[in-house]
Amino acid sequence: MTAAPAIEAERLVKIYKNVRAVDGVSFAIAPGSITGLLGGNGAGKTTTIAMIMGLITPTSGRVTVLGAEMPRQRYRVLQRMNFESPYVEMPMRLTIRQNLTVFGMLYDVPDLADRIEQLADALDLADLLDRPTGRLSAGQKTRVSLAKSLINAPELLLLDEPTASLDPDTADWVRGRLDRYRRDRRATVLLASHNMAEVERLCERVIIMKRGRIEDDDTPARLLARYGRRTLEEVFLDVARGGEARVAAQ
Amino acid sequence: MTTRAESVFAFSPRRVAAMILRYWYLLRSSWPRLVELVYWPTVQMITWGFLQFYVMQNAGFFARAAGTFIGAVLLWDILFRGQLGFSVSFLEEMWSRNIGNLMMSPLRPFEFVIALMVMSVVRLLIGVIPVTLLAFVFFGFNLYGLGLALVAFFLNLMLTSWAVGIFVSGLVLRNGLGAENFAWSIMFVFMPLTCVYYPVTTLPVWLQPLAWALPPTYVFEGMRALLIEHSFHANLMIEAVGLNVLFFAAGMLGFLKLLQSARRHGSLMQTGE
Repeated sequence: MTAAPAIEAERLVKIYKNVRAVDGVSFAIAPGSITGLLGGNGAGKTTTIAMIMGLITPTSGRVTVLGAEMPRQRYRVLQRMNFESPYVEMPMRLTIRQNLTVFGMLYDVPDLADRIEQLADALDLADLLDRPTGRLSAGQKTRVSLAKSLINAPELLLLDEPTASLDPDTADWVRGRLDRYRRDRRATVLLASHNMAEVERLCERVIIMKRGRIEDDDTPARLLARYGRRTLEEVFLDVARGGEARVAAQ
Repeated sequence: MTTRAESVFAFSPRRVAAMILRYWYLLRSSWPRLVELVYWPTVQMITWGFLQFYVMQNAGFFARAAGTFIGAVLLWDILFRGQLGFSVSFLEEMWSRNIGNLMMSPLRPFEFVIALMVMSVVRLLIGVIPVTLLAFVFFGFNLYGLGLALVAFFLNLMLTSWAVGIFVSGLVLRNGLGAENFAWSIMFVFMPLTCVYYPVTTLPVWLQPLAWALPPTYVFEGMRALLIEHSFHANLMIEAVGLNVLFFAAGMLGFLKLLQSARRHGSLMQTGE
């Protein structure tokens, strides 16, 4: 028997005034998998993720997360999921420990002090725990956001540009931690990114969006084979430019 | 099937405590925030205190009505600062771009509102208690001399301030920080209409029904009756409670509708202007 999808979007549409930000998107994400959502600016990735999180109500269509319809039944599942996004930040004046304490209590995390220490060790934040979040570097702040997104050991993790604005070394380090978490927890991860190398390294499946629609959806290996390309970046350019890049290359 | 713990009405004291702790950490970490809480109430009380001192020396009626100005200032501050305390705590989430984190967490809207109500009381007490002591030292006005009436006044004013604060928070949630000015200015609409410094009969006859539709009017009338006639009109307080229940329900309903609208319009992801 096939397990029920962790996320299922059915003909999802979001219209802002006259703009169709998401235009009839359907997909299902298997539990325990890691999927990349690729697309240029304005492709509809963030709106799709926001609808999955229940922060935006779809204009039509439906999205279910861990069996609950969003946003109507969101309180059934919010405790079991978490997210990281560049569109939100942690309160700057609070120390890392204070922020993690507040979010740990919101998610009703048992043995919270131990969990914070555990995350601080895993994310190399132990020496910074009592420093105000506003006084951290961009890389350190990303690690704190990641710690917040893992505070409740979520079954479903939604990540919107998790390594944006990080130097390559820190970004690579973060990817390693995410990959390890997913394997250890057998968590489902949906990752929106502009970073093709990141998606190629982490994801078992890639959904490519353009102008609110899904343009392609497959494993990285099959996408590379189908487009006759060596990297996902080249595939992405083919899709983004409607095949012009491929023609130009030939 | 949705169990009780999973429903929108499930209440968790730990989640409320988390939010109170969050605001407490913030207040504790910032002395300008603490000073600001005391600064304006003090300036206002001293200004009005001297004005009252002056008119008492020149008018027989005001000599009898000793304390009405300072009493009005202090009660107005409870109303104004109560709403501001609520709204500023909410705005802290918008300023720090943390609202998305909260809306995505299991925190229920009414748990959030309860935490904001508690913080409005905490902020108010930090700001107003030192001022009431100063009023006693400088002008001999003992607010606590109002006794149990003060409790009735306080509860009614707080209920109104929360109702307005809840509605304003909904406006900001729906419209972003462009609506922030409502948080600072909306209560001033109440100032002339609730007759803070003069009796309702001062207003034109056609405006008086509107004044009586606002709960704080009953409190300020009650305060003047207590200080001038030395009589406590319990009926005024009961009527104020009745109106406050309606105001609070309308504020909460407005907040939930605006939150729903914010989800439709994607405002929770765009918390700027």
